[in-house]
Amino acid sequence: MTTALVPPRHYLNDGYGITSWLLTRDHKRIALLYLAGVTFFFFIGGAFAVLIRLELATPVGDLVSDETYNKLFTMHGVMMVFFFLIPAIPSVLGNFLIPIMIGAKDLAFPKLNLASWYIYMVGAAFTTYAIVTGGLDTGWTFYTPFSTVASTSAVIPAALGIFITGFSSILTGLNFIITIHQMRAPGMTWFRLPLFIWSHYATSLIMVLGTPVLAITILLVAAERVFHFGFFDPAVGGDPVLFQHLFWFYSHPAVYIMILPAMGVISELVAAFCRKPVYGYPFVAFASIAIAVLGFLVWAHHMFVAGISVYAAMIFSILSFLVAIPSAVKVFNWTATMYKGSVSWQTPMLYAIGFIGLFTIGGLTGLFLAAVGLDIHVTDTYFIVAHFHYVMVGGTIMAYLGGLHYWWPKISGRLYNEYLAKIAAAIIFFGFNLTFFPQFILGYLGMPRRYHAYPPEFQVLNVLSSAGASILGIGYLLPMVYLTWSLRYGRLASDNPWGAVGLEWNTTSPPPTANFAEPPEVTWEAYDYGSPAVVEEHGV
Amino acid sequence: MSDMAHGAHPALAHHFDSLEEQKEAATLGMWVFLVTEVLFFGGLFATYAIYRSWYPDAFAASSHELDVTLGTINTAVLITSSLTMALAVHAAQLGQRTKIMVFLVLTMALGGVFLGIKSVEYYHKFTEHLIPGPGFQFEKEHIRHAQIFFSLYFLMTGLHALHMIIGFGIMLVMLWWVWRGTITAEYSSPIEISGLYWHFVDIVWIFLFPLLYLIGRHAH
Repeated sequence: MTTALVPPRHYLNDGYGITSWLLTRDHKRIALLYLAGVTFFFFIGGAFAVLIRLELATPVGDLVSDETYNKLFTMHGVMMVFFFLIPAIPSVLGNFLIPIMIGAKDLAFPKLNLASWYIYMVGAAFTTYAIVTGGLDTGWTFYTPFSTVASTSAVIPAALGIFITGFSSILTGLNFIITIHQMRAPGMTWFRLPLFIWSHYATSLIMVLGTPVLAITILLVAAERVFHFGFFDPAVGGDPVLFQHLFWFYSHPAVYIMILPAMGVISELVAAFCRKPVYGYPFVAFASIAIAVLGFLVWAHHMFVAGISVYAAMIFSILSFLVAIPSAVKVFNWTATMYKGSVSWQTPMLYAIGFIGLFTIGGLTGLFLAAVGLDIHVTDTYFIVAHFHYVMVGGTIMAYLGGLHYWWPKISGRLYNEYLAKIAAAIIFFGFNLTFFPQFILGYLGMPRRYHAYPPEFQVLNVLSSAGASILGIGYLLPMVYLTWSLRYGRLASDNPWGAVGLEWNTTSPPPTANFAEPPEVTWEAYDYGSPAVVEEHGV
Repeated sequence: MSDMAHGAHPALAHHFDSLEEQKEAATLGMWVFLVTEVLFFGGLFATYAIYRSWYPDAFAASSHELDVTLGTINTAVLITSSLTMALAVHAAQLGQRTKIMVFLVLTMALGGVFLGIKSVEYYHKFTEHLIPGPGFQFEKEHIRHAQIFFSLYFLMTGLHALHMIIGFGIMLVMLWWVWRGTITAEYSSPIEISGLYWHFVDIVWIFLFPLLYLIGRHAH
């Protein structure tokens, strides 16, 4: 049995001082650098959300002017999408876990990994500069011609920040792909990989194939704005709709960059807390790849009202429906894994259950939007806002928090307060639904998004939403507090506090700098719960 | 230090088992990077394809403003630089230090000639008021759409030139590594993957030249 002893030498005490962190090449320390970064930008983005919900508590625009409001929702979106949701799970949990889960000592390119973090921070600095020098009011989508000729806000520094941060994403994806191909331990075959690895592999493909197109699109916008080059400007025969095509060619797949790693986390959590192998492993694995591939073929469903042809709209509508198939495969297989499993309701599992329910709602309302007729009715209303917050907040952030709790003992070597954590999970679930469910109704009734004032008959639902947001905000502050507290005062964690299988639980908590005392050799299948060896070792 | 402990090659990083494995990872890494580059330029090529199909006459008229002679010379110069790069890689695999350095310097010199000729072309476009924007001058019929062509021309060739300048940086580092003896016959992969990069930059030009310079030339 495992005992709760701190290993004498581990990655956290292998060198002290600021340079041992800022110049580290250890993927685990770089993951913690990212954790600091994404947490900071999450709360910045969250602060903008608080101001938005405060403004919308009353029908008249009284707290901020309409121009300020434009900047608030723009900067909320930019911060959350580019500096939190895209890097959160891959760069924190993926960075920490991918080498350990496949039995490697590090990512394939450790210096590149550190460079990715610096690139991310430099990009974030430019965008933050844009925020403090007047803000950005184009919406996170930078639609032309507003962003190129009309907007007087800080478009260039903000766009430059996103351009730079994109390279961090590209290099992280590249690093993961090479690592998963080249660095697997002996015996770690493709179909013994944890599903977390499969989903990160699929995510990396999108990062590598999609992000460069965003980069060139931003350059085109910048060249048009700064040098008066003509690409999208109707004055010289350019087409603003072309910008939308290029932008969504990246930015639709980007939502799969945000959700696929979350799905990988959920596969791990469901297996660990149901004590069963994930039902239909190869289907779940290939569903990740299918989502990545199909995700590149659906972008124009963001443009049904932008003047694309009816035939194009029909094709993109059908292709969008297809994405539901691999997504549903995952939801059904997680549910089937729970069926007759020995489910224990610890905090990470609460988040996993929350994810499955909320992602299902978010996904199914996505099908409404893939249907051209219905989409035209709810375009640019709160229905859209509710839909993507169910996927991004109800899905990705739920999974991120679940994963952070699940691997926290491994990352920090300490246990958090389970009681507080369960309360926080319940508060977040309640606050989330209270915030965003009314927005489905508001949107269906016709309340447009991106306005700081609205007709009085929408006030009740808006007040409910704002009340929910304040509860949600408290829910997010709680883990911040008790996880930080546990770093110093938490009980020491054993090597495998959950009795889970997987290479990360075969090493110490926290792991040594080289991840394992002895290079591992894999002789078992993934999620080998119930096999005699596992029963003997963990008593499960 | 741990490298010394297990008696391995000094260039072997701690997290790889062998130089062979390390080389495979680095080579695959460069190929994946080149895929991202294809997508990066791909956005430009897609934009080009759409506007050329919409405005074929303006694109042909604009293309005739480009200097085909200088473009052709540049194409030959760049292809020759790919040859010298390939010879540098070959020399690296044989561990011939002097030859690697000679061929790397030759590659950079040819790249320099290319950029020099490119600057002359840019200067001509500047004096002929062919920079898109308020000062743009062109035959009245095509003055709007020609600006899209020249916007694409400057961005595509400009980004290509930027990639060449980055290539110079890479080659300077390689020269330094060869000079101090890091590169040997058994550890030649840095030169090989630098070569991959340079060939890619070359190939981009092979597409840019006909797309930008040769529109409608066969008709004359």
